[in-house]
Amino acid sequence: MSEVLLQLEGVHTHIGPYHILHGVDCAIPAGGLTVLLGRNGAGKTTTLRTIMGLWQASSGRIRFDGLDISKAPTPDIARAGIAYVPESMAIFTDLTVRENIVLAARSGPVDSGRLDWMLGLFPALKRFWNLPAGNLSGGQKQMLAIARAIAEPRRLLLVDEPTKGLAPVMVRSMIEAFRALKAAGETILLVEQNFYAASALGDHVLVMDDGRIAHSGAMSDLVADPVLQQRLLGLSLDAHQ
Amino acid sequence: MTARSALSAAATQPRPTGMMSRLLSSDMPRSRALSAILIVIVAGLAATPFLFSGSQPLSTAAKICVFIALVASYDLLLGYTGIVSFAHTMFFGIGGYGVAIALERLGPTWISVAIGLAVALVLSAVLAVAIGLLSLRVRAIFFSMITLAVASAAAVLASQMSTVTGGEDGLSFQLPPQLRPAFRLLLEPIFGVTINGRVLAYYLVFFAALAIFLALLRIVNSPFGRVLQAIRENEFRAEALGYRVVAYRTAASVISALAATVAGAMLALWLRYNGPDTTLSFSIMIDILLMVVIGGMGTLYGAVIGATLFVLAQSYLQVLMGAASSGLSGIPFLPDLVHPDRWLLWLGALFIISVYAFPGGIVGYLRKRQSA
Repeated sequence: MSEVLLQLEGVHTHIGPYHILHGVDCAIPAGGLTVLLGRNGAGKTTTLRTIMGLWQASSGRIRFDGLDISKAPTPDIARAGIAYVPESMAIFTDLTVRENIVLAARSGPVDSGRLDWMLGLFPALKRFWNLPAGNLSGGQKQMLAIARAIAEPRRLLLVDEPTKGLAPVMVRSMIEAFRALKAAGETILLVEQNFYAASALGDHVLVMDDGRIAHSGAMSDLVADPVLQQRLLGLSLDAHQ
Repeated sequence: MTARSALSAAATQPRPTGMMSRLLSSDMPRSRALSAILIVIVAGLAATPFLFSGSQPLSTAAKICVFIALVASYDLLLGYTGIVSFAHTMFFGIGGYGVAIALERLGPTWISVAIGLAVALVLSAVLAVAIGLLSLRVRAIFFSMITLAVASAAAVLASQMSTVTGGEDGLSFQLPPQLRPAFRLLLEPIFGVTINGRVLAYYLVFFAALAIFLALLRIVNSPFGRVLQAIRENEFRAEALGYRVVAYRTAASVISALAATVAGAMLALWLRYNGPDTTLSFSIMIDILLMVVIGGMGTLYGAVIGATLFVLAQSYLQVLMGAASSGLSGIPFLPDLVHPDRWLLWLGALFIISVYAFPGGIVGYLRKRQSA
């Protein structure tokens, strides 16, 4: 495994009276795409939100490139180089597509080469450039959310279920976009329920169960082992082809 | 240049603009009807001294100018940032008292006006920062309650400190000589109107309001303004992009407070008086809220429409109802229904109807109609 970019050590998170994460331990290598799998309620979204500081870890340590970000406020975590795409197509609907993108470029104007690259990944956004983002379809909103996350070079992308609720054609477009992002050297931690998409993209896999990491390894190993899939996820990839 | 490169350029550079577009910070009214109404209002306000005789039309126009600036500054908070503050009249009052106290104590000179305004602006900025940093971290409802308490305390303080503020009676003062009715700028009238100190005072108020409005328009259409709108829509998403929400909200509160302070100073200069009822009263806060809602939240043009309609209704509804009541004499029931004494009832009914008819405000309605 290459150099570790993000490391979680014994992370516990409480939301109100509920104990959601029960000591998450995992390492995200620099470069490549790590998929976080698990059943509903396993703690995947909570893990991403805890990394981002949107919910504070009640104990444990989160290190990003050697820096302890466990107690850092969300804006500082974003400024350290982590971008977050929530599962709810989290764009700013009152702003135009252009304004959404420009807003994400905190350090100044969007680099024109980078913008060209982004619009190459998500060409549909070009057509709605100066229209309110609220007018976009679900898939286009998701594209915009990801485009916004990469408007500036970031060191780690946290993406929560980007294919959720999308039509198959949009899912295929999204897979292609993530392949291109991987090829560009981005480091991505992707929460994904769609095992077909996850297996098509993942280099590494983490499987969560009941607020803990139940399995960590290469995605190719999980794909090649239907018994392991059945044990960890209660499914077989064959059934999802 | 490829199509995509052109888009890159559009994202990284300002859009090409004409003079009017530059003046309005590329935030055009986006509705022909709205544009026409705005032109009529602005032209009417600019030409009021030449269009109407007597003091009431000029006073009504000056009040409209002041409230356009005040309501626009409040819309920066409520409509663009999503902050519900009840302390806006406190900053309005600070501006009024700053100028009033300085002119009363230091004498009727422009230096007194400058000192009073400068002290008021500093005090407003300090208070806005203090309220923002202490209160904007808490939930919206608690922030609103805190601002309500602070505004009430400020009103009580102004009433109690009678040696400085004149208490409930307020302060009357003399203006610098150039703003007094006896002053003549030109010997000959222009279009039959003598350009005296009163007309100059009106144009001081008019241009101050115009400058505040255009400055606010520039702010809401700047990158800073976009961040405020993002915070209004979802503060957690804005934080996840790296924006410090409390810092931005505090900055918006300070800008809004400074604009309200200048508006308060302009009202005091126009009235040659400042007291708790003219600037600090809670009923003014309610009026501001109504003007924002009627005009349309989150659009500064709504402030122009809302303030104009509201002040006109306040000033002339009673007169109109008097005429209607006389015209309907002889018909049973109706003259009593529109009797001038019932003008507040009808004013309330008109506002309820307008809020129902235009839930997005008049500007929202006109823009929607245009795009349909």
